[in-house]
Amino acid sequence: METVTLTITNQPGLFLEADCISPDAFAGKKREEIVDLPVYIGREVHRLGDFFEVSGQAGATAAETKVVVNGDLSRVKYIGMKMTAGEVVVNGNADMYVGAWMQGGRITVNGNVDAFAGTGMKGGEIVINGNAGNYLGSAYRGDWRGMAGGKIVVKGDAGSDLGTFMNGGEIVVGGNVDVHVGTHAEGGKIIIKGDAKSRLGGQMVEGEIYVFGNIDVMMPGFAYREDVDLEVDGTKGRFALYEGDLGERHRKRKGQMIYGKLYQLVRP
Amino acid sequence: MTEYLIKNGFVFDPVLGIKGDVADIAIKDGVVVETNAVKNPKIIDAAGKTVMAGGVDVHAHVAGPKVNIGRNFRPEDKLFNTRPGRGIERMQGGFSVPTTIRTGYNYARMGYTTVMEAAMPPLYARHTHEEMRDTPIIDQGAFPVFGNNWFVLEYLKNNEIENAAAYISWLLRATKGYAVKVVNPGGTEAWAWGLNCENIHDPVPYFDITPAQIVKGLIEANEYLGLPHSMHIHANNLGNPGNYTTTLDTFKLSEGVRPKSRFGRDQVMHHTHVQFHSYGGDSWANVESKADKIMDYVNSHDNITIDLGQVTLDETTTMTADGPFEHHLTALNHLKWANADVELETGSGVVPYIYSPNIKVCAIQWCIGLELALLAKDPMRVFMTTDHPNAGPFIRYPRIMKWLMSQEAREQQIDAFKHKDKVVAATHLAGIDRELDLYEIAQMTRAGPAKALGLGEMCGGLAPGLAADVAVFDFNPNGPYAPDDIEKAFSNAEHLFKTGVQIINDHDIVSNGNKRTLWVNARVNENPQVMRDVKEKFLRYYTVTLNNYEVSGHHYVPNPYVIEVDATQ
Repeated sequence: METVTLTITNQPGLFLEADCISPDAFAGKKREEIVDLPVYIGREVHRLGDFFEVSGQAGATAAETKVVVNGDLSRVKYIGMKMTAGEVVVNGNADMYVGAWMQGGRITVNGNVDAFAGTGMKGGEIVINGNAGNYLGSAYRGDWRGMAGGKIVVKGDAGSDLGTFMNGGEIVVGGNVDVHVGTHAEGGKIIIKGDAKSRLGGQMVEGEIYVFGNIDVMMPGFAYREDVDLEVDGTKGRFALYEGDLGERHRKRKGQMIYGKLYQLVRP
Repeated sequence: MTEYLIKNGFVFDPVLGIKGDVADIAIKDGVVVETNAVKNPKIIDAAGKTVMAGGVDVHAHVAGPKVNIGRNFRPEDKLFNTRPGRGIERMQGGFSVPTTIRTGYNYARMGYTTVMEAAMPPLYARHTHEEMRDTPIIDQGAFPVFGNNWFVLEYLKNNEIENAAAYISWLLRATKGYAVKVVNPGGTEAWAWGLNCENIHDPVPYFDITPAQIVKGLIEANEYLGLPHSMHIHANNLGNPGNYTTTLDTFKLSEGVRPKSRFGRDQVMHHTHVQFHSYGGDSWANVESKADKIMDYVNSHDNITIDLGQVTLDETTTMTADGPFEHHLTALNHLKWANADVELETGSGVVPYIYSPNIKVCAIQWCIGLELALLAKDPMRVFMTTDHPNAGPFIRYPRIMKWLMSQEAREQQIDAFKHKDKVVAATHLAGIDRELDLYEIAQMTRAGPAKALGLGEMCGGLAPGLAADVAVFDFNPNGPYAPDDIEKAFSNAEHLFKTGVQIINDHDIVSNGNKRTLWVNARVNENPQVMRDVKEKFLRYYTVTLNNYEVSGHHYVPNPYVIEVDATQ
């Protein structure tokens, strides 16, 4: 695997839209061609090389290409957008839409990410070693096609509106989350190892949410069913199972109504 | 103004009866003229190319509050689908609910120059006109909806045709409207009571009038006034298996009525998006095409025109004043739903929809629309539409042309359906080998709709004296071509003239045009009763006053084209 290293040398005055920072866009290109890839500030078009020092070389395909991005990227959006293979490592904080509509490969962020990371994600893996912002693994505004596959792991906390319209895949948050989790979800699995606030599983049709810590306020549309013993992401314990959202439509499978499932750890 | 001479093109024009012969078209002072009437024209070389009049769309939802609800609640329609302003072109965005700017440009690129907004809620006429004003290039008119309007229901219940006509006259003037539109007559008002009118004899709650009475009454009032266009109807029971009987019952309401209009149309009823109204069977499991029965009726009754509502197999946004239907649709596909009630006048709903070739019903719908066109004996009475954006976005018209003109293209699509065998068994399309020619396409997209709208003296053809709306397409009808070449050429006009102004030159948009708003000023005798009713209803029920209702002035209609109708007696 070949490695391209980008180091931010010139901070944009506003925000930089750089969806070209991905193994797919770099693959098969020479250093000079990568430097020339377009990035946007509003309607102005600039070159990637205007903001980044570029070194190393890309592989022949995305799968053979690793991209390392260094520095403060808190004004750089769309890193790893729509990537299908290969690897991206971000050493610093990144702005919105990291790994949005990602289909494969792996993104590691050694820092925090802002909102909309993993929007509409279909496959691959995103590991965020800091905190994530709002709308992690959600659908694009207005869209009903949220995260459909792949895995997102956040070591720290995540913001609000996690996994909105989630249809598949898995999100694991090591810390706490803000309000609105798995709203409108029709599949997928969300694991929260810390505390949650309120509005978990609102209008949830199907899918699973696990909470290891406290839930401030439970949705009235969820009903307690039973206690079950489970092993979740390496943690064994007894979980209280709630089903909902009872106000939402649900499918039947083999005569059984399928609900969204919310598990809360009651005894480790 | 610059004079133009479009030389040596293959001309297709039903008005002149030219079927692909090589001819020259001259343009002077905004109209088509005899070729010897231009002195020093700019020459457009159209040798080996197709020349037609500008297209006329009889039915599309392109401006107004429900279109804007669609834009507002579907930001994902613009995702990765915007274009910054460049040169004369302004910023554009959206696919099924494009911005006003893109709407104008995309119609122009297809060679269209006149587009009718098919449903204007009178209370929001101001909004509709502001959007039409902001849509460049194309001439537009808007049809206010009448079929669930309290005034209309009350007058027609008592069979007061003259009062209904006076009210129509007043409302057309107040809203700067073009024609009488009816959507699910009575059903949308019933929806305000949580009900619907599922056939033409299903009474409207409270008002105690039937859809049949509403439709017959509005046809009569329309002919009493002698409006340019006929009553334009979206019938009851849209989109339900077995609904073709309701459609035939609706058609029959026009029997024995002849047009009384000086504008040259032959029909008294235009039934829109008939594809959605041609279903047999009694459930989605056994739904089948009844396009043959529908077209048997249409072919044998010359006082009816229809348009297709062709499904294009895209992800789109459905929107209609048929509020109960949209509720039915959101219950089917579970996607987001917007609903609106418009006081005394109408209502509406909006739901996104994906017509997937992998779903049997969508494929059957696709077949039915094409069958309607291919079974038509008189292409001057059957018009190409997608009921934009309901069955698909209007930018697919060239693709529909491809399907209509090429059996090979249809077979390719049928073969690609997941449930091909079931689809073929439920429809007639696979057994139809007719391929339309460009003359018939020009009838369905230019001369036919212009005549039905009462605009035959103004546009839709290339006869001297008609507006110089002329499109040149890079398509040689005599040369060898693949089906996809049709779609490609007619999606991207090489030249376009709109009332004599060159809009597209060598495939580039070079002017934002001289867009006009068409409206009908139908004068009737003074009618104190109707005027008193209007004042009283505004005082008692409306949330706005008359002063905040009427559309007037340069702000809303900066470039009006008024069609005068004298119905005083």
